[in-house]
Amino acid sequence: MTSYEQWISFYTIVRKDVVRMLRIWPQTFLPAIVTSALYFLVFGAFMGSRIGTIEGVPYIMFIVPGLVMMQAVMNSYTNVAFVMFQSKFFNRNIDEILVSPTPPWVLIAGFVAGGVLRGVVTALLVLLVALVFTPLAIFNGFIIALFLILASVIFALGGLTNGVFAKSMDAINIVPTFVLQPLVYLGGVFYSAKTLPGIWGEVTMIDPIFYLVNGFRYGFIGKSDVSVWLAIGVLCALAALLFAVVLYLLRTGLGLRQ
Amino acid sequence: MELALDIQNLQKKYADGTPALQGVSLQVPKGDFYALLGPNGAGKTTLIGIATGLVNKTGGSFKIDGIDFDAHPEKARRKVGVVPQNLNVDFFGKVIDIVVNQGGYYGIPRSVALPRAEALLTAVGLSDKRTTQARQLSGGMQRRLMIARALIHEPDLLFLDEPTAGVDIEMRRSMWDYLKTLTARGVTILLTTHYLEEAEQLAKHVAIINKGTIVADGTMDEILARYDEAQQQHKGYRGSRLEEVFLQLTREPEKPS
Repeated sequence: MTSYEQWISFYTIVRKDVVRMLRIWPQTFLPAIVTSALYFLVFGAFMGSRIGTIEGVPYIMFIVPGLVMMQAVMNSYTNVAFVMFQSKFFNRNIDEILVSPTPPWVLIAGFVAGGVLRGVVTALLVLLVALVFTPLAIFNGFIIALFLILASVIFALGGLTNGVFAKSMDAINIVPTFVLQPLVYLGGVFYSAKTLPGIWGEVTMIDPIFYLVNGFRYGFIGKSDVSVWLAIGVLCALAALLFAVVLYLLRTGLGLRQ
Repeated sequence: MELALDIQNLQKKYADGTPALQGVSLQVPKGDFYALLGPNGAGKTTLIGIATGLVNKTGGSFKIDGIDFDAHPEKARRKVGVVPQNLNVDFFGKVIDIVVNQGGYYGIPRSVALPRAEALLTAVGLSDKRTTQARQLSGGMQRRLMIARALIHEPDLLFLDEPTAGVDIEMRRSMWDYLKTLTARGVTILLTTHYLEEAEQLAKHVAIINKGTIVADGTMDEILARYDEAQQQHKGYRGSRLEEVFLQLTREPEKPS
């Protein structure tokens, strides 16, 4: 395929996903808005007033980046995992792409771009909801955008791996509930790692979401538990590793071709 | 003779050890209407799956229009269209989008794919359903949608895996009439079907596959010439000559009671 044809194929995959997302917006965008509003209300407005400040900023302002990141991560992951699983398991229309000359990396890019769009749009919507509860400072807009996109890319790639491998709907649902949510809650969304006792501070360091949340939070309040450059390095390495895994799966057909 | 499909010693063993294809060789001439017949589980769908890149082979090789699939998969895929046995459309997608999107996966811009899709939908009798969701179509209409989808990139070789299963007689006839116009335009068709009278009327060449092995192939006349009245075992219902030859070649020998 020429570069132009690859672009057409990429655009087609993304367009199809966007049409799907918009068709079922009460399932794709609304839940994140409602859930986040509840978090801001309970943890921010009600409990936050008793907690006071963390790292010198009001508690609600401290948790906003983490909650936005949580929705970006969850949405980019589930979007790609579900679309891939549905198209390979229920109606098998993934074959439409597999029979075509579309190279595996274009397929990955298309699916991941769909996940990134869902993650980023959801994050922006949640940020708008946050503005109802608290004013937001922006310390570095570039860092905010970089971490938001990095998070969406990483978890879209993770979702694609899960979607390709999964043999049942349970395998799709288990990961967000039993893997992602613990990682999110233990990744410093609601607290600073500096406040953790003993070994827990070091355990947090192996949670990739810790780097995402901290880097993203740095973009807002200018403070982070870890070096932003270290966070960028860890996350880029993780993205590269996941891309290599998915590319291997698609090239060999593992999980997709018999 | 130029070949649209040249399969040499194709083998497939599934992960559970089931041998689906055991050294199949098959030559489909360009422009032919070729019927691949066999009982359930004979290996027909596996063969089509391999030839369209949806199933990994475990041995052998094949060329599509002279292009080695292993060496140039992208080039070879451009030549092929497939209508699978099972309905595999996005049931919530609109009919026109399904066809146009398929063009997109072949690198065809929407501005080119749209008029092409309109013409194809008209040809298969679905132009009035263009904005209908696929799930709202009848089974026969969904099969015709899959034919339109398979043709959007103007393939030279079209695989039809039991395209008329569950389709009523009138719709089946109109489908065959349309497909015959394709072969008249030079498109090669490889068809699998359990309706042997269809194959007898339409196909120039036939191969019969059983348990992953080709047990007979040749022109339709050559296959029909194998009909042997003396071998008839059933005294009741009698099918067409092709049906009787098919049964003679694929029937399990009766075990002594």
